[in-house]
Amino acid sequence: MEISTKQQQVKTAQSTKRSFGTILKKGLFYLILILGALVMIVPFVWMISTSLKTQGATMVLPPEIIPSDINWGNYMKVTQAFPVLRFLGNSLLVASVSTVGQLILCSMAAYAFARLKFRGRDFLFLLYLATLMVPAQVTMTPQFILMKYLGWINTYEGLILPGMFNAFGTFLLRQFFISIPRELEEAAFIDGASHFRVYWQIILPLAKPALATLTVFAFMQSWNNFLWPLIIVSDSDMMTLPLGLSMLQGRWETDWNLMMAGVVISVLPVLAVYLFAQNYFIQGLTMGGLKE
Amino acid sequence: MVGDKGVKKFLVICLFLLPNFAGFIFFIGIPIFASFGLSFTEWDLISDPSWIGLENYKALLHDEEFKSALVHTLYFIVGYLPLVMTGALAIALILNKKIKGRVFFRAAYFVPVITSWVAVSLIWKWLFNPTYGLINYGLSLIGVAGPAWLQDPTWAMPAIILTSVWKDLGFVMVIYLAGLQGISPTFYEAADMDGASPTQKFRHITLPLLSSTTFFVLIISLINSFQVFDQVMIMTGGGPAGSTSVLVERIYKHAFEYYEMGYASAVSWVLFFIIFIVTVVQMKFQKRWVDYGN
Repeated sequence: MEISTKQQQVKTAQSTKRSFGTILKKGLFYLILILGALVMIVPFVWMISTSLKTQGATMVLPPEIIPSDINWGNYMKVTQAFPVLRFLGNSLLVASVSTVGQLILCSMAAYAFARLKFRGRDFLFLLYLATLMVPAQVTMTPQFILMKYLGWINTYEGLILPGMFNAFGTFLLRQFFISIPRELEEAAFIDGASHFRVYWQIILPLAKPALATLTVFAFMQSWNNFLWPLIIVSDSDMMTLPLGLSMLQGRWETDWNLMMAGVVISVLPVLAVYLFAQNYFIQGLTMGGLKE
Repeated sequence: MVGDKGVKKFLVICLFLLPNFAGFIFFIGIPIFASFGLSFTEWDLISDPSWIGLENYKALLHDEEFKSALVHTLYFIVGYLPLVMTGALAIALILNKKIKGRVFFRAAYFVPVITSWVAVSLIWKWLFNPTYGLINYGLSLIGVAGPAWLQDPTWAMPAIILTSVWKDLGFVMVIYLAGLQGISPTFYEAADMDGASPTQKFRHITLPLLSSTTFFVLIISLINSFQVFDQVMIMTGGGPAGSTSVLVERIYKHAFEYYEMGYASAVSWVLFFIIFIVTVVQMKFQKRWVDYGN
């Protein structure tokens, strides 16, 4: 009896200790998460805040997080000094065409690799895979020379086409197509459907998740690309946003308010889409992470 | 009849494969071979390329700038990899618990991932501004006089590493979260029955069962960090005093500033070779620590 009460007491003591510990631990977890989230978000707040300051206000200590004198004029000034809207348009065009192109070209090749039987197919596919190992910097120099001979420097063809052909998309879609059961298409073939119809009306609709992944990945890849445009574009009318942004730097070494206004213009479109289609982005980019 | 069928089959294969394959050969296949060939030549794009055999590779051995770029790249990797991997794992472990606002936190940590490197680099360049930047202001509040960061040869690389960790943390975190969600709760339930402590559970269940995810993260992060370029180009351009010059920055400068196409190609093949060796070594050693949970 006595012993059992003692046990009881010990147990209660332990459980209060434990629940106190759990609360402490939970609190610590939230503290870490919130601090971390602040570290993630504050730079963006600082970016927006600076973009609304006058140049003088950027050189004030302590720095103001909410500017006392809100100055929308920076955005006007940036768009006047640089064809920012043209950069935006170029980025949109290049990223969209490249993405649509990859969706079509990769899904067709993936269909051939997953569903058509022909001699040398597996060898060819292996060849595609092997190139995934080769870093872009290896092909960059000859690609530039190729563009030069084709007269594609400072053109949309030059910006779009070389990036449209990479083995990654074909690989991703082929893996997905292989996992689609064949029963559906067998019935369609018996009804006399062509390969093209099966591809278009059966395989593609079933492969929507993989296509969404490739869409996000290809679009982001192209939208954020800096090195390739840097190499083949020198004409400011042909610049994409990242390259155009890097030009602001040369012009306004110390006008951080103007530079941040430019950065805001480049960040907002993707951010807006991201907030609406968060899950697609996260899944797309994590799957795409196989090759970034 | 049979011939007809064969022709038709051939046409179908062509229809599906040829558009992709032609572009692939033209834009990837030929450039790979061309780059290899170029690495044995000297070419400034104006005169004809001249064959110089292994001279470019020999010159690399005595190229101090190349050597220091290699050292800086390794410095970047050694600083960046452990930080981004442990940081991302820690956040993922916390987010994997029953936490309020999970979706919000995940979204917040992921925002830098979708932002372009150029934008991120400019924002952080401003944050690292020695006089008016938010970071040195923050440091001054706790009585620390911050360094000149990107203008200081000692602190420029750490600043680039921190920026890179900030940008990629959310990406690695999401991969770890997916890995954590793949671990069956029955393992933990069994461990609870045996009275295992949280540390024991982490060491003997979470870490081993997460090892295939860790392996994946390690491989892709390593490959990516050997190719570090955008942030260096924007934030420091390789300076100050060459203290942040990295391999890809060397390739870019040799090819497109000095117009040494052959030499640039040679450096790019060395980069490929390093990445290849590191990946193969990882693949070989994975058996020792990666658990695929047969």
